[in-house]
Amino acid sequence: MAITVSRPKLNFRERLYLPAILSGMAITIRHFKNMLLGRTKVTMQYPEEKWDSHLPEHYRGAPALVRDDTGRVRCVACQLCEFICPPRAIKIIPGEFPAGDKFAKVEKYPHEFDIDMIRCIYCGLCEEVCPEQAIYLRKDYAITGFTRADMVHNKEKLLEIGGVMHGVVLKWNEKK
Amino acid sequence: MVNVQINGVWHEFPRGMRLIEACEKAGSYVPRYCYHKKLSSPGNCRMCLIEMGLPKMGPDRKPELGSDGKPIINWMPRPQISCAQDVSEGMGIRTDSPLAVECRKGVMEFLLINHPLDCPICDQAGECRLQEFSVEYGRADSRFLENKVKKPKNIELGPRVTLDDERCILCSRCIRFCQEVAQDDVLGFIDRGSHSVLTAHPGKRLENNYSLNTVDICPVGALTSSDFRFQMRVWFLKETKGFCTSCATGCNTVIGTREDVIYRQTPRENDAVNSSWMCDYGRLNFDYLQSEKRLLQPEILSGDKLIPADWNVAIAHAAAQLKHFNGWEIAILASGRMTNEELWLTRQLANILGVDLIEIVPRTGPGDDILLSADRNPNTNGARLLGITMDPGSRLREIVDGVASGRIRALVALGEDATEIGLTSKQLSALPAFVVMSLLANASSAAATALLPSFGFAEKRGSMINRKGRLQRLNRAVRGPGQARDDWEILRDLIQAYSGRNGIYSIEDVFRQMSEAVPALAGLSLSKIGDLGVPVLEVEQTPAPSL
Repeated sequence: MAITVSRPKLNFRERLYLPAILSGMAITIRHFKNMLLGRTKVTMQYPEEKWDSHLPEHYRGAPALVRDDTGRVRCVACQLCEFICPPRAIKIIPGEFPAGDKFAKVEKYPHEFDIDMIRCIYCGLCEEVCPEQAIYLRKDYAITGFTRADMVHNKEKLLEIGGVMHGVVLKWNEKK
Repeated sequence: MVNVQINGVWHEFPRGMRLIEACEKAGSYVPRYCYHKKLSSPGNCRMCLIEMGLPKMGPDRKPELGSDGKPIINWMPRPQISCAQDVSEGMGIRTDSPLAVECRKGVMEFLLINHPLDCPICDQAGECRLQEFSVEYGRADSRFLENKVKKPKNIELGPRVTLDDERCILCSRCIRFCQEVAQDDVLGFIDRGSHSVLTAHPGKRLENNYSLNTVDICPVGALTSSDFRFQMRVWFLKETKGFCTSCATGCNTVIGTREDVIYRQTPRENDAVNSSWMCDYGRLNFDYLQSEKRLLQPEILSGDKLIPADWNVAIAHAAAQLKHFNGWEIAILASGRMTNEELWLTRQLANILGVDLIEIVPRTGPGDDILLSADRNPNTNGARLLGITMDPGSRLREIVDGVASGRIRALVALGEDATEIGLTSKQLSALPAFVVMSLLANASSAAATALLPSFGFAEKRGSMINRKGRLQRLNRAVRGPGQARDDWEILRDLIQAYSGRNGIYSIEDVFRQMSEAVPALAGLSLSKIGDLGVPVLEVEQTPAPSL
């Protein structure tokens, strides 16, 4: 069924068009004046200029693994992030610390830890679920690569982004 | 039958039933650590505390009846453990009264005092009773300010079991299992109070063939399987019901897989077969399905070299080769590891080719009086029933001699290595036709004129008959590798190469055809077998294992 759209009834002033054109011109002239006086906000010239310094504290960028103060990769390969990850971007192959190793008490570490950044949706559930405070969403957002393989962050890459997270987790101390 | 009131509702239970079982039957599961229904009740974990009462007795020693005509219950002021108490007439139980819940909370708090916070690295996480019950009865925070007790960690208790004493809650299930079921009393507690630890007797190791059952019954992560340790978190595992094909007992199992990789097998309760246990030998015998030696591609002999072929070509090649010979020139070497369906099709193939000489390879090893059978073929009884063999192995001599004398000119080896029955690779290479259906590359697959890669027990569906004549069902847990195909499909295609289409499209069709012809299987189908199997044969009345 056809719908009849009622046209607005224009009054005389509106039918003249001239006032509308003039008010439009006034806005343009005001912007022109502001530009000449250097008061206009213009488009940021990305990527030469970036928002990086303005990113909020809670910004969710690329997930990354961190080391603790002793240099141990905090991740113990519990695979909870692999389980919770909605797009299944994470793949972990656990390894076991050999007896006599400095970290033998921890027993387990990620032998391989891959995050497919094509799949990652930056939801932050991995960070939320991590019982070891080992995975954090950092502020990296421009993740690029030439091949699909380039877009898979392996353990080295993740640790490079993550760096060292200071702060005390007493859990694996000898005394605890 | 006795009348018992559970949480205000009267139920009837058979005399002699444990309270904890009665409560479970009545729908209120009582948490427990030390109690296991297949083991004795020591009553040492105190987790199954309930409030209990007995009927109020009048002066005439008869229960006084209330206004509802039921006995009036005198509730005991203190909680009782439900695992060491049998039901009795007029008894009252409250499983979720404030007292019972408060008691369990108290027990939980004590159990967790010295427990390490290492769930992230603990293999038990996800199937841990301590985790489960601490959700229900645990505190969110700890009131414990002192230092936790240090205990030995990561100890090899035996070749297959790893112990973490800090995680142990001293329930003693493993000790009782070793005493009562495995008949190998090697475990025990030493030291006192909160320093008590589980350990093996000095100079002994937990190395009996049933040691991994202690891992299954351990309610926490104290005992873990060295084989499965850190391989995969349990919550990823897809669980498929199957049974163990490593001996004629056919213990019911759950096969844990993820993305077509098998990570572990655990026993599944079936009181007619294996109670709740299985042996370590059978449990760990699945690695060969993931070995490098798996055959992935059908191959045919061209000139003096095996070349890859597609399935149609390979089947046609094998069928054409066999067609050249008379029935008495062909021998079929079948296997006691084949399913009934495959053996049935083998029988059909033999009939079509006119082959009389057909035999399975017996496979024996030391058995025990717990579960492990001396007959290591899972389906010897199926082969007997389907007329593949009368006395397993009795005609192997005939095959060997026939090949040696040149009377046998074509050999079909189905899932067996012909070099293991005494034929040499040279003799096999000299055969004009040697059709091999096999999982793994071996000496006889190298000598084949047509090589047909097939599936292993976790990759196929089908049925087998165990040593007690029980028909059991295999389910597909993983997909087969490469271009390997289900054995029954290969056999069907071989048959169809001679007979044309025969209306067999699925394994159900094979079973139907078989059940119509074999009286013992009449009226059955794969789905009617069910998860626990059905008895179909009266065979070898071995005494029931003392479980």
